[in-house]
Amino acid sequence: MSTDWVPGDVPPADEVTADFWDATREHRLTVQTCACGHRQHPPRALCTSCGATEALSQAASPGRGVVDAYTVVHRAPRPDLAVPYVVARVRLDEGVLLLSRLEGRHDPEAWSIGDAVGVAWADLPDGRALPFFLPTDPTEESR
Amino acid sequence: MSGVAIVGAAECDLGVTDRSILGLQTQAVTRALADAGLTLADVDGIATTGVSRFSASQLADYLGVVPRWTDSTFAGGSAYEMFVARAAQAIEAGQCEVVVISFASNQRSAKSRRLGGVHEPWVPEAQFEEPYDPLYPLSYYAMAARAYLHRYGGTREQLAEVAIAAREWALLNPKAFRYGKGSLSVEDVVGSPMISSPLAAADCCLVTDGGGAVVLTSAERARDLRQKPVHVLGYGERTTNTSFTAVDDLTVPGAAASGADAFARAGITPADVDVLEVYDSFTITAALSVEALGFCGEGEVLDLIADGAIRPGGSLPLNTNGGGLSYCHPGQYGVLLLVEAVRQLRGECGDRQVDGAEIAVAHGTGGILSTHATVVLGADR
Repeated sequence: MSTDWVPGDVPPADEVTADFWDATREHRLTVQTCACGHRQHPPRALCTSCGATEALSQAASPGRGVVDAYTVVHRAPRPDLAVPYVVARVRLDEGVLLLSRLEGRHDPEAWSIGDAVGVAWADLPDGRALPFFLPTDPTEESR
Repeated sequence: MSGVAIVGAAECDLGVTDRSILGLQTQAVTRALADAGLTLADVDGIATTGVSRFSASQLADYLGVVPRWTDSTFAGGSAYEMFVARAAQAIEAGQCEVVVISFASNQRSAKSRRLGGVHEPWVPEAQFEEPYDPLYPLSYYAMAARAYLHRYGGTREQLAEVAIAAREWALLNPKAFRYGKGSLSVEDVVGSPMISSPLAAADCCLVTDGGGAVVLTSAERARDLRQKPVHVLGYGERTTNTSFTAVDDLTVPGAAASGADAFARAGITPADVDVLEVYDSFTITAALSVEALGFCGEGEVLDLIADGAIRPGGSLPLNTNGGGLSYCHPGQYGVLLLVEAVRQLRGECGDRQVDGAEIAVAHGTGGILSTHATVVLGADR
C-alpha cells in the first residue's frame, strides 16, 4: 500500500543517528539496543538504563506494533500538507514507542487505541525513508 | 513553611495591546512593585523568560538593575512556579532580598504564534518527530486526551466542562478576554472546529498578549510593607520529557509527583486547599492536573467536575480568573496563576472571590506535559 503523503524536510543524521537512517535506505526499521538488553528510541549516545556508551547498536525490527495513542490533525502546520492526517504513538512489539503517521484507512477517525499496525516507508529525496504505519489486518481496508 | 512571602502582584495590559514585550514587562514589574510599596531600587533579584536569549539579563539591563541573583530557567508555563521555589531559597540563603518574577508577551498583536515546527534542527525531535507534522504542543495533549478518554470510558462532552466552568468564572472577571461573551454550552465546545482530535478549538486556550509579575521578600520584611503578605508554604516540581514518546503513560503527568512534594513540604493535603489555579492550556491539561494533584482518585476527574464542582460556588474553585481558556493566555501563563492565587488569598477578587480562602495552589505546566511545578500559598493569619 502506498501513500500520497509527501513528508517535509528531515534534518541530516548525526554520528549517533546515522545507523538508523542508513538502514532506512533499504527500508529496514531498527531499534537501538544495548548489551544490557535495554531498547530505546530515538537513538542516543548512551543507554538510559545502564549508562553504557560503547555497547549500543541498531537491531533489526520486524516493524510490528500497536497504536498507543493517536490524533487526527485538521489544521496543517506548514503549507502543502493535506489534512486531515493521523499522527500516532506506535508501540513496537519490542516495547519502544515511536512517533509516526498512520495511513491506510479511508476514515481517519476509524482508528482505535490498540489497533495492530505494521511499518511502511515514505521515500525521501535524499535516499533515506521515513517509517509510517498501516493496519496489519487486510480485512480492515474498507474502514 | 518557608520564611518568604509574596508581597506584590499585578498584571500588565492584557488582550490585544499593540505594545512591545519589554514595554509590557515594564508595566508588570512597576505595577507589582507599586502594589508592594517598593521601588526598583529595592530589587536585587530578577527571574523571567521569554524576553530574549538572555532573558533575566536583558530585563535587568532594561530596568537599570544590577541584580545579585537571576534565573532564566526555560520551562514553558511552569517556569514561574519554579521561580518561586528558587527565589524563596535564594532569599532564605541571604543571596538577595527582593525578587521580581515577571513575564509578558505580545504574541497576539505580533502574530508570532506558530502551529508546529518549534525544534532546533540538532535535537532528536527534529529528526524523529517533526517530520510527522504533529501540532506543537496541541497534538501531544490531544493524544493524552485520547488515551485518558479511552482508558476510563470518558467523553468529549464530559471534558468540555473544563471550558464551560472557565467561562463562568471569566464572566465574573472584567479583565477576562471573554468577559461579557456569555456562557458556553457543551454543544458550543464539542461543536467548535476540530483541530487535533479529540481536541477542538474550544478545548484550546486563548492566544492573547499579556503577563504579570509577583514580588517576593522575607516574611520578616513583608510585615512592614503595604499588603498583607501571602506566604510561600511549599513547592515541588518534575521535569518528565521533551519528546512525544518519552513518557510511557500519557494519562499520568508529572503533576502527581510535583504536587506530592509541594503538599508534603507545606504539610497539607488537597483537602486543605480552598482555591486551585491550574494551567489550562487545553481542557485536558487542567483535567489531568487536577486528578494527578490528588483532588480525586485515578480515572475520576470527569465525575468530579460533572456536578459543577469547579464552577463559581462549587466545592473546588478552579481557575477563578477564567483561566487560559477564557481570561488570558500569553503563551506562558504561569505567572498569572500566581497573581490570581495571591489576589484570592488577599480577598481582592470582588464577584469571583472565594469566601474565606486561606490556602491556594498554583500549578504550572510547560511544553508537552514536559514540566510541572506546584506552589502552595497561604494567607496571612
